[in-house]
Amino acid sequence: MLGLKKHDTQLLIIVICLALFAPFLLNPFPADSAMAQFNAGYPDLMQRFAIFGIFAIGFNLLFGLTGYLSFGHAAFLGIGSYSAVWMFKLLGYNIIPGMILSVIVSAFFALLIGYISLRRSGIYFSILTLAFAQMLFAIAYSDLIGRFVGTPITNGETGLQVYNSDPQFFHSAAKPDIPHLFGQKMQSTYTLDVGAWSFDFNFGYYFCALVLIGMFYLAIRIFRSPFGLMLRAVKSNQQRMNYTGLNTKPYTLAVFVISGMYAGLAGGLMASMDPLSGAERMQWTASGEVVLMTILGGAGTLIGPVLGAGFIKYFENIFAKINDNVLHSWFSFLPDGIENFMVTLVHPFVGKGWHLTLGLLFMMVVIFLPGGLVQGAEKIGATFRRKDGKSDDAEAKAAKQRNPAAE
Amino acid sequence: MDAIILQFLNGLDKGSAYALIALGLTLIFGTLGVVNFAHGAIFMIGAFCSVTLQRILTLSSETLSETEKDFLGNPLKIKTPYVESWFGPEVGASIIDWAVPLAILLAIPVMLFVGFVMERGLIKHFYKRPHADQILVTFGLAIVLQEVIKYFYGANPIPTPAPSAFVGSFDFGPLLGLDSSLAYPYWRLVYFGFSALIIGAVFAFLQFTTFGMVVRAGMADRETVGLLGIDIDRRFTIMFGIAAAVAGLAGVMYAPINSPNYHMGMDFLVLSFVVVVVGGMGSLPGAVLAGFMLGILESLASMNEIKNILPGIDQIIIYVVAIIILLTRPRGLMGRKGVMEE
Repeated sequence: MLGLKKHDTQLLIIVICLALFAPFLLNPFPADSAMAQFNAGYPDLMQRFAIFGIFAIGFNLLFGLTGYLSFGHAAFLGIGSYSAVWMFKLLGYNIIPGMILSVIVSAFFALLIGYISLRRSGIYFSILTLAFAQMLFAIAYSDLIGRFVGTPITNGETGLQVYNSDPQFFHSAAKPDIPHLFGQKMQSTYTLDVGAWSFDFNFGYYFCALVLIGMFYLAIRIFRSPFGLMLRAVKSNQQRMNYTGLNTKPYTLAVFVISGMYAGLAGGLMASMDPLSGAERMQWTASGEVVLMTILGGAGTLIGPVLGAGFIKYFENIFAKINDNVLHSWFSFLPDGIENFMVTLVHPFVGKGWHLTLGLLFMMVVIFLPGGLVQGAEKIGATFRRKDGKSDDAEAKAAKQRNPAAE
Repeated sequence: MDAIILQFLNGLDKGSAYALIALGLTLIFGTLGVVNFAHGAIFMIGAFCSVTLQRILTLSSETLSETEKDFLGNPLKIKTPYVESWFGPEVGASIIDWAVPLAILLAIPVMLFVGFVMERGLIKHFYKRPHADQILVTFGLAIVLQEVIKYFYGANPIPTPAPSAFVGSFDFGPLLGLDSSLAYPYWRLVYFGFSALIIGAVFAFLQFTTFGMVVRAGMADRETVGLLGIDIDRRFTIMFGIAAAVAGLAGVMYAPINSPNYHMGMDFLVLSFVVVVVGGMGSLPGAVLAGFMLGILESLASMNEIKNILPGIDQIIIYVVAIIILLTRPRGLMGRKGVMEE
């Protein structure tokens, strides 16, 4: 289907199902039950799932295929956001021009940064991208360009947002005052009540989800193309590629730009959901986050980054909500002394301590499962197949060929 | 003119911190071949050694005052630190006053221990893994250490004063024959002197002791040293501990300059990596040189005269210089051929 092999078609269908039925899948608990706090099916969070999914897919194209570890990818996300907000300011709230500009501008920056950074590899490349990203962050945070030009470009600490006094060339009274797609508001939500359950269908989310599916399809095509094969060859032995007389730079630069465009698109979408943009989106911790997502899900695999992004964003939200009261109610079946002990024990890992859990989890994954969640699932799958008595050797070999990173 | 000298001096203490952290990073990289993203966290733990010792020393017993009363008429509670009741009020008070320098004594064993545990427990298993994996696992470790500190000490910076003997400033004006005064805080002078001492000690240790000779030989050709029957791994573990202690001590003494908070390590780490790369991966003199150079440049760029022409340049100057240097001298200022070039 669509020029894909059977296995890839299955992956694509899985992602399509996950994306389209997310409002149901993420709201498994009735709205007024005690478990409702584990529901993640509200529009804001679902939009973030899709947006960070796109961001991680793009990062994975670079890191998973070529092995170049960029520590400054959030810069492109921020650039995308700023460009989109500028389009809102100048042209009006329709999101299409904003998204187009965000992709173009981030591609331009990626070309510039990639051209310089890709002269080096390994740790030098990581540090160079980090240095560029921190520089762009500093420029955005103190609005350096704006101070030269005289008008705020990034609006410094406050962040860029749309004001009533902005020109908004194509804006008219009939059009909504929030981001929209040809009149259809991003915020509009239809709530479906089925018995005790309630499901939110948000237009903004579905827009992000469609973009995600499109971008996922594109990523599959890149993975399976001769171009993708060339990038993998660069990863496994760049020196040998050079000795055969091949200049690898155009290939790596091309994928760096593509990956930057993915990040810019994600940034543009982020601004389309909530029309403001701040410098903190570009900080290196944000770049670290996308690295975490990709590694956690499984670098070099197709579906890994999407799973990783969903996993991190879900638990970030859910863990942050767990406070001592919730813990007490969980352990209330235990005798008092043990209950308090358990609460004290778990307390540092939840709520505000969620980053501690994330850090530990991330270390565990890097140490024991370098292929991420996808590799974990494959291992479990292989164990079950062995029990069935089928020969799993061929399967494992195929899995390795699909996913050279998971070794 | 005097403004330039003052900024130059200001740059020295920041440069000292960069140089010390970069020195430790380079030691680890040169000996073990590991890129340690958790090194900033070690610097932060050092700073929190100061905080901890200060807290321990000010642990107090509470007694009710017989004469004084608070505004409700209840007897006033008086806190007496145990140190004061043990050693007498004057000696006790001066011990508390000198908490930060005393923390060095606490920090050395603590940092060596942290270093050994990190190396034996985690990093040892990553020698044969790709550099990307090393970066990732130490990055995770840095997050964990940072969050643990945040859990115990909270998210706010904790002021840690220097001994009162060093409060105040030294006037460089008359010394340099200038008319105007040129005040420079004593503690920053102390910090600079202390870092120079440590840098000198590390170099002397590597240059003049048998242990250092073996380590240098191991940096040059690990395999051959191993074939000579020397247990190079154990020595490298000790070097990791020493590198951790260097960064930790840099943190201990830095506490009065900037109140320690849990993310100070990360803030310094990014810049220290830039310093290491600019100096040349694996080159110890390069790390020190680049550390001071970038620290001073950063501080010169924050002068008002320069800021008026190029606003905000102080925040990006380091990165701009780093990018220019890496493009013109791809191996850094003093980098050797063949290091990190696979």
